[in-house]
Amino acid sequence: MAELDTSGGGKHKGGKVRSKKQSTRVDLTAMVDLAFLLVTFFMLTTTLNKPKAMDLVMPDKDDKTKDQLPVPETRTLTILLGANNKIEWYRGLVDKPLSPPTVDNFGKNGIRKVLLEESKKTMDASGGKPMIVLVKPSDKSSYGDMVNIMDELNIANIGIRAIVEISKPDIALLQRDHLY
Amino acid sequence: MPRVKIPRKSTAIDMTAMCDVAFLLLTFFILTAKPRTDDPVPIDIPASTVEVLLPEADVATLSVGQKKVFFGVEGYEIRKQTLLQMGAKYNIGFTQTEAIQFASLPSIGVDIRQLKEFLALDGDAKKQYKQPGIPVDTTENNQLYDWVKQARIVTKNLDNKELRISVKGDSKEEYPTVAIIIKTLQKQKVNKFALITSLKSVAK
Repeated sequence: MAELDTSGGGKHKGGKVRSKKQSTRVDLTAMVDLAFLLVTFFMLTTTLNKPKAMDLVMPDKDDKTKDQLPVPETRTLTILLGANNKIEWYRGLVDKPLSPPTVDNFGKNGIRKVLLEESKKTMDASGGKPMIVLVKPSDKSSYGDMVNIMDELNIANIGIRAIVEISKPDIALLQRDHLY
Repeated sequence: MPRVKIPRKSTAIDMTAMCDVAFLLLTFFILTAKPRTDDPVPIDIPASTVEVLLPEADVATLSVGQKKVFFGVEGYEIRKQTLLQMGAKYNIGFTQTEAIQFASLPSIGVDIRQLKEFLALDGDAKKQYKQPGIPVDTTENNQLYDWVKQARIVTKNLDNKELRISVKGDSKEEYPTVAIIIKTLQKQKVNKFALITSLKSVAK
């Protein structure tokens, strides 16, 4: 680096006569301006939020697995994903639900409340056994809905869940409530 | 009365340090900036509260939008090998230049039988070209299955790691399109995959 004369005048007390040096000082203001402009530009254009990955584990489709236990219907909750970001849920089986099918929305007062309440109820009724949630996306539902519902399950801390193919009676149920 | 003269101080500040810092930051941002890979179709990824980051290597991305599927895998060498493997499987001899061309593309969405013509296009024409998506619909012509399978084999051979599969879907995409992909992956016993989401906070 070139040495910069910072003494601010050049009054030497020593009295030694030196040849007059040209000041090497450069006005850096413009350069700093430019540098910060570029810094700002790069800061704003870089994507700081890196993509997040939500892990989705599907049930093994292998027919050979024999350790599949029958699901007790008292502990299941089925969530149907319908059209227009609406969902419908019921407990138990579709032909004889333990609670009437309810149409609900996403969000804090919608499905999240239901999940937390029902999960607690199941725990109390079955002596600490967790609730099993089956998610059945219909053909009219969107990918975003599926991600949303998986996220709600994460928030409600429900570990036992599966995405299952929708059945005919479920579709009939959605049609009845104009969600298909 | 004589005025008291206040000696004026120079307003000039030494900018050297500031300049140094500014350029240091500038260099840092330039070097860390990753060029944004353009999606072949506009994809608006859904938001979730998950905070797990997607790994940067050994990951394949299936982009889904407008009922089309696009395949991409991280890593130059992996991409190159995957193409050669696919060529061998479909009896299409890809040349070395075509392999290099392919390896520099982030994702592809054309039928493998049209891939040669697509690779022959130059940069601008490639962007203009409307890619129809990789065929997934029928069982006998499920090329996505082969792409994923070959990419997994290549990753295993080169890096000795399992390839992670991630799905980057548009949140408005209809579910059946995603269901086909999931079915395809499950056919080769990939039961775990990642859904790419952006971060949102839990609504209070």
